[in-house]
Amino acid sequence: MLQVAIDHKFRDFTLSVAFKAPTPGITVLFGPSGSGKSTILAAVAGLLRANRASIELDGEKLQRIRPHKRHIGMVFQDGRLFPHLTVKQNLMYGLRRAPRGEIFVDETLDMLGIEPLLKRMPSTLSGGERQRVAIGRALLSQPKLLLMDEPLASLDGPRRAEFMPYLLRLRDRLKLPVLYVTHSTDEMIRLADHVVLLKSGSVAAAGPIDEIAARVDLPLAALDDAAGVLEGYLHSHDIERRLSAVASGGQIYMVPQQDLAERRNVRLRIPAREVILSLDAPREISVNNIIPATVLAVGTDEATHAALVEIDVAGGILLSRVTLDAAERLRLREGTRVLALIKSVSIEVVAG
Amino acid sequence: MIAGLGTSLRLSPDEWQVIFLTLHVAGLAVAAALPVALCLAAILTVRFPGRFLLNAVVHLPMALPPVVTGWLLLILCGIEGPVGAWLWQRFHIRLAFTTRGAALACAVMVLPFMVRAIRQGLEAVDPKLQQAARTLGAGRIDRFFSVTLPLAGPGVLMAAAVGFTASLGEFGAVITFAANIPGTTQTLPLAIYSALQTPGGEAEAARLAICSVILALLGLLLTERIGLRLRR
Repeated sequence: MLQVAIDHKFRDFTLSVAFKAPTPGITVLFGPSGSGKSTILAAVAGLLRANRASIELDGEKLQRIRPHKRHIGMVFQDGRLFPHLTVKQNLMYGLRRAPRGEIFVDETLDMLGIEPLLKRMPSTLSGGERQRVAIGRALLSQPKLLLMDEPLASLDGPRRAEFMPYLLRLRDRLKLPVLYVTHSTDEMIRLADHVVLLKSGSVAAAGPIDEIAARVDLPLAALDDAAGVLEGYLHSHDIERRLSAVASGGQIYMVPQQDLAERRNVRLRIPAREVILSLDAPREISVNNIIPATVLAVGTDEATHAALVEIDVAGGILLSRVTLDAAERLRLREGTRVLALIKSVSIEVVAG
Repeated sequence: MIAGLGTSLRLSPDEWQVIFLTLHVAGLAVAAALPVALCLAAILTVRFPGRFLLNAVVHLPMALPPVVTGWLLLILCGIEGPVGAWLWQRFHIRLAFTTRGAALACAVMVLPFMVRAIRQGLEAVDPKLQQAARTLGAGRIDRFFSVTLPLAGPGVLMAAAVGFTASLGEFGAVITFAANIPGTTQTLPLAIYSALQTPGGEAEAARLAICSVILALLGLLLTERIGLRLRR
């Protein structure tokens, strides 16, 4: 368990946060620019001496230890590879100064696909390559905790998409706790086990991703790409119909055929704008998923004249965005029983 | 090219000796001053109480009249001075009125310039790289040698070039501490001075002065080239 409490006063901004992050696992610090996320990482790494900082990792008080002895690896937004050293030398930099650990060179090179780059100089690498090397370098320093400060921010759209599989691989194979800072809901939904929502220097909410993502009382729900997250596993394939079935909370969700083995843990991302609500069971409809649910809460997004409806689907919480008019017509209140209609093609399956 | 110029100027063997001695003294001066300048520059990048005082002392030779610097050297390193006496008793080394002494005088005079040039180079190293090195387990001294210094290379080169060029022209401190001994301490500026004091020595003075100008130009060109690399 990682317990962090930081107080720091800047000239025009006060940071006061306290949160817990489960170990192992990826905890995403999510918030808009200027909410203090990067400052928190800097304070945890010891690069910033906060007015008050308490960082406890599995009982060990890290704030008493000097930064270069904390064994906290950090991946920066701008990579920060040493320009006068080759990729290999960069990778070895941390390894040479680290105690014996369990992160090995071959595995790391393989996981990040950086073996062909070993003899190159950092200035000749592309942005994505540089970031992968930066991650490798941080991992090889045998850290007890990995900090990642918006590692994809300097990459453009297509590169970011290319990069995701590497991060997902990291997620699967690493046994370390990771604090991952981002303002991208995409990254958060795919990578987070746990989320700490930050707003103007304090914690707005914290909890497991599937709970946090769909709460209408949080600013997350009002985002354009707001989505609900369900944890489940691949139940079966229906090859004839070209569909796969994912089981989550006792419910089956049909999705387009997936190239995954059965029993594989997956995460479903269901965008709020793709969830249709009905009081009645429709007939002869293209939608494959008709899920019984109960309304937990109804929120309003004034900016878009929409209603945000939080629904309990037995084993998870989903979000639905409908017009305020629709919410009125159906008289949606806390406790209303509804059916959530979700197109198979709208469900995104993220391999766990 | 230089030899060609030399022959067209018709320099006598004595005059060639002056030039080689000047280059030799400048070389010794830089060799001695560089490690000291490096240490001082490194120390001055750290914030500590009294830093500005150390900085002021390092820059003293820039502010004092060179003759005064030479005089201070005599007081300290002359055969009866505290340092000079110790060097003589322990190692049988004499500095005043020797070639080594001329080099020492030049070294002291150019030290402030070298420290400045190295500091510029050190401070040009991105502090973000230092931060990255810290998270990878490198302590302060480790970071200095593995990250800062290698990246400050051009700054150090600049310091050497500046130190060398400035040493070529050093007069007041050299003549005060090392005297004007032909063949031993009579560097180019001193030789020109002597020639002007001698009746009929104007021609010689002119030739030597042209050499001085050429050497100075070459030195400046070198520092400019390095400066461009630094700014890149």
